[in-house]
Amino acid sequence: MGHPIVFLILATVAVFAAIGMLTSRNAVHSALYLVLNFCTVAVFYLVLNAPFISMVQITVYAGAIVVLFLFVIMLLGADQLPKASSNGGLQYILAIFATAGLATALILQLSGFGDGTAKPESALDASPEAIGTLLFQDYVFPFEITSLILLVAMMSLIVFKAQKRKKQDG
Amino acid sequence: MDEVTIGWYIALAAILFSMGALGVLVRRNALIIFMSIELMLNAGNLLFVAFARHLGDLDGQIWVFFTMTVAAAEVAVGLALAVSIFRNRDSVNIDDMNMMKG
Repeated sequence: MGHPIVFLILATVAVFAAIGMLTSRNAVHSALYLVLNFCTVAVFYLVLNAPFISMVQITVYAGAIVVLFLFVIMLLGADQLPKASSNGGLQYILAIFATAGLATALILQLSGFGDGTAKPESALDASPEAIGTLLFQDYVFPFEITSLILLVAMMSLIVFKAQKRKKQDG
Repeated sequence: MDEVTIGWYIALAAILFSMGALGVLVRRNALIIFMSIELMLNAGNLLFVAFARHLGDLDGQIWVFFTMTVAAAEVAVGLALAVSIFRNRDSVNIDDMNMMKG
């Protein structure tokens, strides 16, 4: 499942990109750190024999979603908001303890599922052809549901904006 | 140490997920909180793909595909809500969003 040195380099970049996203004061910098994180995860997908998912990750996440974020940040001019006054030191300490506990619990719990050795690389045929066959045979109903989700999201946005415009006109 | 096992990916995904949770807890900018949620979804996706490779089963990758679709829809609706809240309140600070308070 990849060379240890490759894993360690990519994991370091991914974790530091996440830290940069959390700590930078400018929201645009946060979005760019998020792109870096998504790209390292895309390389992880390539290492894990998932070329199709890797390319979808680049186009959908690093492409569409982050561009949407950047659009909204720049549209609102919300990149340099003043720090909220209610942020106490106690909140930070409690949040760090809670998330450290969450990470420990996740690792301990999920490790139980990792027994046994990994299947050989050849056991997984993850070509776009194999994915398409599986998607349109076994998973055709969930696939149709996702089209419904996207349709509902689009319609909700149109209705949302149309109602607001009517209120402004009337 | 000479072989990357599923445990390494579990640890990495758990750390990334917890950092997303930390971002949701400590940041006050609604857009950064959205980004942290994306980080958490991404950690889940990474674990899906790692287990698909570990078990030699393609189903995990299909579910990642569905997660991405839901994430895209969620971001589109969420950002539209953030824009209209900003228009009304002139702020994306979640501490200011107490309109529903009785």
